Amino acid sequence: MNAQQLPQGLGAARYIGQRVLRKEDPRLLTGRGQFVDDISLPGMLHCAFARSAIARGNILNIDTSAARDMPGVHAVYTQADLAHFNAQMLSFFLLPPEVEMTPLASDRVCYVGEPLALVVADSRALAEDAASLIEVEYAELDPVVTLADARNGPPIHPGTSDNIAAEMGDEELDDDLAATLNGAAHLVTQKVVHQRISQAPMETRGVVASRDGNEELTLWITCQSPHMIARWVSQSLGLPQTAIRVIAKDVGGSFGLKNHPWKEEVSVILAALLFGRPLKWIEDRYEALTASNQCREAEMTLQAAFDAEGHLLASHGDYACNNGANPQGPDNNIAVHMFVWGAYKMPAYAFLTRGYYTNTNGLAAYRGPWAIESLIRETLLDRAARKIGIDPVEIRRRNLVTLKDQPSVSSMGIPREDITPAECMEKLLHHFDLAAFRKEQAAARAEGRYLGFGLATYIEPTGSAGSMPVMTGELAQIRIEPTGKVTATMSTHSQGHGTATTMAQIIADRLGVAYEDVTVFEGDSARGGFSPGAAGSRQGVIGGGAAISAADLLAAKVKTVAAHLLNASAETITIDGGTVHVTGAPEMSRSLGEIAAIAYGEPDRLPPGCESGLEVQHRYQPPPMTFTSAAHACVVEVDADTGFVKILRWISSEDCGTVINPAVVEGQISGGLAQAIGMVLLEEMPFDARGNPLSATFKDYLLPAISDIPEFEFVPANTPSQALGGMRGVGEGGAIIGPPTLVNAIADALIPFGELPEPLALPLTPTKLLSVIEGRDLAAHSAPAPVVVAAAAPATEPAPAAAAPAGEVRVDGAWDMVLKTPMGPQGMVVTFAVDGNAISGRFDSPEGSQDFIGGTLEVNRVRFDLKVEKPMKITLKYDLQFDGDSLSGKCKMGMFGSAKVSGTRKV
Amino acid sequence: MSEHRVNLTINGRGHAATVEARMSLGDYLRDEAGYTGVHLGCEHGVCGACTVIVDGRAVRSCLMLAVQADGSEVTTAEGLADGDGTLHPVQQVMREEHALQCGFCTPGILMTLAALTGGQEKADEATLMNSLSGHICRCTGYQGIRRAARRLAADSGQ
Repeated sequence: MNAQQLPQGLGAARYIGQRVLRKEDPRLLTGRGQFVDDISLPGMLHCAFARSAIARGNILNIDTSAARDMPGVHAVYTQADLAHFNAQMLSFFLLPPEVEMTPLASDRVCYVGEPLALVVADSRALAEDAASLIEVEYAELDPVVTLADARNGPPIHPGTSDNIAAEMGDEELDDDLAATLNGAAHLVTQKVVHQRISQAPMETRGVVASRDGNEELTLWITCQSPHMIARWVSQSLGLPQTAIRVIAKDVGGSFGLKNHPWKEEVSVILAALLFGRPLKWIEDRYEALTASNQCREAEMTLQAAFDAEGHLLASHGDYACNNGANPQGPDNNIAVHMFVWGAYKMPAYAFLTRGYYTNTNGLAAYRGPWAIESLIRETLLDRAARKIGIDPVEIRRRNLVTLKDQPSVSSMGIPREDITPAECMEKLLHHFDLAAFRKEQAAARAEGRYLGFGLATYIEPTGSAGSMPVMTGELAQIRIEPTGKVTATMSTHSQGHGTATTMAQIIADRLGVAYEDVTVFEGDSARGGFSPGAAGSRQGVIGGGAAISAADLLAAKVKTVAAHLLNASAETITIDGGTVHVTGAPEMSRSLGEIAAIAYGEPDRLPPGCESGLEVQHRYQPPPMTFTSAAHACVVEVDADTGFVKILRWISSEDCGTVINPAVVEGQISGGLAQAIGMVLLEEMPFDARGNPLSATFKDYLLPAISDIPEFEFVPANTPSQALGGMRGVGEGGAIIGPPTLVNAIADALIPFGELPEPLALPLTPTKLLSVIEGRDLAAHSAPAPVVVAAAAPATEPAPAAAAPAGEVRVDGAWDMVLKTPMGPQGMVVTFAVDGNAISGRFDSPEGSQDFIGGTLEVNRVRFDLKVEKPMKITLKYDLQFDGDSLSGKCKMGMFGSAKVSGTRKV
Repeated sequence: MSEHRVNLTINGRGHAATVEARMSLGDYLRDEAGYTGVHLGCEHGVCGACTVIVDGRAVRSCLMLAVQADGSEVTTAEGLADGDGTLHPVQQVMREEHALQCGFCTPGILMTLAALTGGQEKADEATLMNSLSGHICRCTGYQGIRRAARRLAADSGQ
């Protein structure tokens, strides 16, 4: 990484850009970290869960008597014991689910591993023994496991008409788009079937809950932000009067899994409230693999039309993902479509996107949750290049947005001002001699060795703040202690990110003190302020900006105080190495400690009106979104005898803006790439037809080891962003750009044998690659039913006219209406006023009220536009059908496509 | 459930305890002896996070029972550094090479590297890499771990 390139205005930097040693490491290297399982409280008892052995069914009886009778067991709870708390499971956006969900199963189970009962015992071993004695009688139902099952099978949740958890976009292809696609010189279709992945942080989930009297609750929990946990638990449990303190000093990785608590953690917290003694639950690996939330299972078809020279003309995407039974928010992954062509000159794009409920583990976030957009686009581009007869580099050169093409707006409305994927690619190609590689590749092929080159480019939205409820700014509180040492309390949180290090580097530089003299505290909701923590590659961008702002404010105060004490003007004061200097008067220098001691202890000596002490805080609000860009390339050799892939080189050319610590940045990219390599070659979480998870140990679920991961090379490509400090964020990118880079290299290696099979189904196991090499399906004897991914068909049927209503049509009055938005279902009350065929009305929701006019009524069809300002300026076009006391229809949400609307007359 | 008396030395200090036959060495070290630097990542012998040194050899403490360690000398991550806080060479090189992020797998990697580089016979680079393939790190992509192992092999003249 480029350590020298600092943005304008950051000034001289001693620490920013340097590979300084991490502050976290001395405790972690000596076994003195504090992970949740390291917490032990007086009187603490241990929990274990009895879990569903079937994927779908009704619970007839749970017999806990044998477990209760076991010595060492203190309590056994089922949902009947917890129901009175009315705990509400919530999404990351703090919205309730649209299907019934309780911490412990109440009358039905909807996935294998769903928690049914919680045992409290003297030890974890005893709690497990007792859990195994709990007898459950079920009336088993046939499970819905795959996406194909979900489309065709019965709805798994009562009260729903289908298994669609979330849906947006249009089923019918626009006539113009269809004409462009079908009339183009080249139409290339790529289909991807992405396997299910387990986030698999090395530290499993866990919580210690302690009820400290009736008004205080303390939680130690492995998470991504203690503040987020405190907010989630307060709202979920309805405990506005309870002081909730959440502590998570060290967390053993998370990657999206631990964004917020889920059923087990909530059950343990409720049990602790009920039982009155501190309770601990630490998930074991078997539970982590079979009962935790999971991610990534999806299918997508992407069509792209090119002119004869390989320029993009139009595209359509059809996406479906498996939400499992109880996702952490119903999800159709709208970001896939927002960003699929974000870095490219793509004139027109439309999509259909759906999430389906199935009887499997719920969907939770994982590093770059929308990453399939880069996988499918970049693999499509390589196939298109082969079809058109141009180089993979050339097809990108013809279509990527360069700095000269900006500012511009993508066809999905994404403003692009300073993205640099094309520039990253050129820098990468300056470092890697592709022509020389092609010669080497040809020579190797002549010897029966199959080398391949893979290239991919992308942009990644980072540092999101201000457009979604929990995606906030970050807070820095910094004080110079009376000793002169610096203490900072940050709203950032590390699950390995090293934010105590990077934030200290910034603060030391901006304050003019030694890095060793700065201590950063985080990981405790009693300190700092709200932030969602590590989510969306945001902490370097936003936390970094907060650290800069607060440190600059504090430095200004020091200068004001010092100028007054030393009878100098503030402009002549500098702080360097922990000493305050007056320009031209070296004898006037004072240590920061001397100034600080006066600032705290002798307020009479301070300037008039100056607050005593040296403490400031600042919450930094960044631009709404920042972008990181990158190009990656790798070289592989595929063994034609075994189908094994060896990665020979991997080069990252990444523009993540200002680099605070190159070792931390490279660590983030490398970790993401290792996860990408795992996704492409190794990792898979399959289920059998009855919904039983088939990867229950690390012998089944294959994580990459050191022998699977090459050395990564880093090419400098950084340019500062518009955020304060110029950081762009780097947390997720490796996991997004890694998969297409590797797949393209494997495909390139196997060109002598033909294209990779369609659909592209991950992981690319040796068996699958040998099937390409040998030209026969070696997995045929055990292959699952072929997955049919529907391509969008051209629109043929006209839009349905207003159908004759079955019942009375009365639009007037108030309606409870639900709009399925990308952030989850949102409820509102709409009051309509009818005047002849003209409709006006008013929307009321927790976010506020808004009037509309100019709507029309035709028979039972009501259409009107609503212009909204938040979370962004957008015109919502409603098209509703009224039938008796219910309404249904669509809301076209600009670039977000269409969302379903349903409602009932308010009584 | 049978109870057994065990006597063992952990990080140079004597410990006497009564343990259930089924208690793993890892659980004993963490829950009974208080060495929470022993991290249990999978409890089935794959991830390597719980590795400790028993009588000079790297052992997965989740696959060994506490009773089997009776009479043994055990070293955990807490016992690597000198009494004055000076880091063990393996700790120092891991720190300098940024070979850790979340730190959960780290104690096991330290103990494997310490067992292979701290005794009379120094392992060469290939042996170290081969041994490290038995440790899962989900954070770092192994870049710093590989650099650290190379340096340790070079320092030992192998």
